Amino acid sequence: MMKNAVGRELPERIGSYVVRPYAGPEATPALETPVQSRRIAGRARPEQSKLLPSLTEAIRAVGLKDGMTISFHHSFREGDLVVGQVLEAIRALGIKDLRFAPSAVVNPKGLSLASFVQDGTISRVEASGIRGELGDGLINGAISLTQPAILRTHGARPRAIEAGELSIDVAFIAASASDAWGNCTGQLGANPCGSLGYSFVDARSAEKVVVITDTLVEYPCCPASISQEYVDYVVQVEQIGDPAKIGAGAARLTKNPRDLQIAREVARVMAASRRFREGFSFQTGAGAIAIACTKYLGEEMKARNLRASFALGGITAGIVDLYDAGRVRVVECSQSFDAVAAKAILDRPGVVEIDNAAYANAFNKGNFLNHLDFGVLGALEVDTDFNVNILTGSSGQMMGGLGGGPDVAACAGVSIVALPILRGRTPSVVKRVFTCCTPGETVACVVTQAGIALNPRHRNYQELKEDLERAGIQLTTIEALQQLAESLTGVPKPIETTDEIVAVVEYRDGTVMDVIRKLKE
Amino acid sequence: MDLKQPAMAGTLESSDIQVTVVPNPGGGIAIELDSPVKAQFGDAIRDTVRAVLAEFGVEEARVQLLDQGALDCVIRARMQCAVCRAAQISYDWSREDRRP
Repeated sequence: MMKNAVGRELPERIGSYVVRPYAGPEATPALETPVQSRRIAGRARPEQSKLLPSLTEAIRAVGLKDGMTISFHHSFREGDLVVGQVLEAIRALGIKDLRFAPSAVVNPKGLSLASFVQDGTISRVEASGIRGELGDGLINGAISLTQPAILRTHGARPRAIEAGELSIDVAFIAASASDAWGNCTGQLGANPCGSLGYSFVDARSAEKVVVITDTLVEYPCCPASISQEYVDYVVQVEQIGDPAKIGAGAARLTKNPRDLQIAREVARVMAASRRFREGFSFQTGAGAIAIACTKYLGEEMKARNLRASFALGGITAGIVDLYDAGRVRVVECSQSFDAVAAKAILDRPGVVEIDNAAYANAFNKGNFLNHLDFGVLGALEVDTDFNVNILTGSSGQMMGGLGGGPDVAACAGVSIVALPILRGRTPSVVKRVFTCCTPGETVACVVTQAGIALNPRHRNYQELKEDLERAGIQLTTIEALQQLAESLTGVPKPIETTDEIVAVVEYRDGTVMDVIRKLKE
Repeated sequence: MDLKQPAMAGTLESSDIQVTVVPNPGGGIAIELDSPVKAQFGDAIRDTVRAVLAEFGVEEARVQLLDQGALDCVIRARMQCAVCRAAQISYDWSREDRRP
């Protein structure tokens, strides 16, 4: 056993997985070798057709075999209809032992991912999160993989692909419109999901690429997010997803007074910072607090007559509203978080689709996050070292996904974790998070309904402290927040785990931040 | 104190607890608990329930708890209400004045 820089005990190996312990947000350098791709040259002929009549035909044509790696994007979230159709077709062909590597696991109604693990179709999983039946099954021991699931941030996934750690045999890319030669987009057609930002790296790096669409358009598809040059086959299905379910309730402005209060405080912190000036940049995200925060931030911008240079990441209707009001110059969409945002790219020149690697990958020649002033992050738990848990819930169950949270925290000048001090009887400001996902030293500030705490170990602590004090914002300590939460809830009994590791939480640089162990009965 | 009839208090809203108290002649105290935080706080919830029953001198009761993550003060209040309804008494508010 060894300890990493956030004090988590890790084994040196987990099966064949060699653990590189997390050493600090900037401590691990990139490899100085060429980026890897499995893409092979082709020789497309004008008379050739890429259009195949069914998913089964496409799976046969790409030569999918036992043990290979398949990938998907999760832009439809719980409205996704492609993952299930593809997995069913694979199961019917009897192909086993696959590594399932979507950008994140989705849980649409009627899809049981656990059943594909049970019957051996899937034996390994690598994703941003494994929320739902799959994750709970792994953590409770109801199902098991041949290797622990590897959980990566949105920035880490393209890094791992280009480092050759996640080598994709076949990428299945759902696109809401495509022509028969694979020029495709998420913006046109019957069911637009908006940005296809997660899939760019898959299209560039996979050995075979299958585009799956429900709206076949005349050649050439325009605009096209993914170019025909990367695409092997195109399959038309009845429906690829339901855009109404992308938001899954997240898109509505909350009426919860506690969440509104926290959101208002977050906007107040941002407005008090010296970084809140003409041309600033921000990412607010898609949780209930984040959406409300976007609204209050807009009010602060209006009051000071400021315009942001860019808004980043997962984009919501609220951010599109700010763009329309002239408050944001460019909206950089790595993902579209609701049906409004999904349609916004098409007719607004400053609302653009970006590659998820350009958004958050630390190991390339430039990413948007490096220029981010404010990042607002949701969390399940934060502890007195400011470490953040966005994966596991109060009884150890799989609740969330890493998303871009750890990437945003590492880069934003002011990274703000916004959360209530308790949810029900579960304290969310604790002494030690159950699973560490984001290292505390990258969190500048925690905002709760019971007070705001700054992190003395954050690189911009002095600056933020001066700015908030100048604005008359009262500060408390993270310890005081933790004690207040505990005084209301009582001390929870610790969650008991076995020694068996079911998931590895990787940091953006590929080192191990934490592991998730199977729960005791 | 003897309970005269089954009684309920509380709702199934988040952060509340629905308490049902039923007379249990000769059966002592039996507690059934369903809670999303059973693993972390199950013992604490049972302790609170027993403490409230003891404050009223109730020695025989079946208590059904459908918890939705209620805080201790909420559990206490719902229990007090359910016991008063089951015993057909009014709450003695002077107890609050004697509280330290």
